[in-house]
Formats: sequence, C-alpha cells, structure tokens
Amino acid sequence: MENQGVTADPQLQQFIEIESQKQRFQQLVHQMTEVCWEKCMDKPGPKLDSRTEVCFVNCVERFIDTSQFILNRLEQTQRSKTSFTESMTD
Amino acid sequence: MEGFGSDLSSGSSGKMDTGTIMEQVKVQIAVANAQELLQRMTDKCFKKCIGKPGSTLDNSEQKCIAMCMDRYMDAWNTVSRAYNSRLQRERARI
Repeated sequence: MENQGVTADPQLQQFIEIESQKQRFQQLVHQMTEVCWEKCMDKPGPKLDSRTEVCFVNCVERFIDTSQFILNRLEQTQRSKTSFTESMTD
Repeated sequence: MEGFGSDLSSGSSGKMDTGTIMEQVKVQIAVANAQELLQRMTDKCFKKCIGKPGSTLDNSEQKCIAMCMDRYMDAWNTVSRAYNSRLQRERARI
C-alpha cells in the first residue's frame, strides 16, 4: 500500500534489517531450546547440572551441523541433477 | 498492540517520526518474544509436571512448575550462548 515513505527512509530500513536479523536469531533459539529440551532434560531439578548443560551445548552444535549437512547434500544432489532439472530450477 | 494502532491514527495529520516507529517496533518485538517464550514454556512444563490432571494444581505440581520455569530459562540462555559462540566461530572462519 502507501508505505513507500516508510521503506524509503534509510535509517528505518537499516533498523528493520538489524531487527530482522536479531529476530531470526531469537526465533532459532526458541526452536532449538524446545528441541534440545526434549533431548536433554530429564526431571527439572533445583539447578541445571553440568551434564545437562553440556548436552544442550552439543545439541545446539549438532542441530546446526545437521541443518548445514542437509543443505549441502541437497545442493550436491541438485547440482548432479542440474542437466536434468535445469529447465525447472531456472 | 493497541498503542500502535491508536498512535498511527492519532498521527494522521503528519508523518510519524522514525524514532517513534522504531521504539514501537522494539516494543512489539519484545512482546512477541515474551509470548513465544511463555507459550513454549507452558507447553514443556505442563508436559513435565502434570502427569494426570487432577481437580486442582496441587502443591507438588506447583513446585515442579516453578522449578521447570527456572530450568527452561537456564536452557534458553545456554542455547542462546552456544548458538552465539557458534556464529562467532563461523564468522571468524570466513
């Protein structure tokens, strides 16, 4: 609609870019906390013990590894099929 | 949420200044994040602490929920730190 004035403001544009980036970070933290909670948390105790904490850290690392692995592999399989799917992906 | 709408309409005579917009966006984001956390925390702690829903939220369940909330915050902060340090490492590698 009539939001040209908003998007044209460079200060606001930069602000939105930074906030969007922060928000993507936060969103992934929410998501990974939920996933890793299921993997690492037994019965909530009076304190987060060190074993659980290590589990959370490893869980985050492996979650990101998994995401990157899948992305890479998909890219690879796409590339090897490029000649076949060229017309579709382009 | 109401503040945003009413401010927009009350400022119909002129353009809202950038600073005001940025402040309000920040508030909106903070509210959205708090809601997200609240929702996920409720979900997880309900699952952990309420085995079979009884006629009241009994004392031991309340204690469990309180503890669960604190541990969920710990977990959130741990995940945030781990993710942040991972990003830092990847940025340094490039």
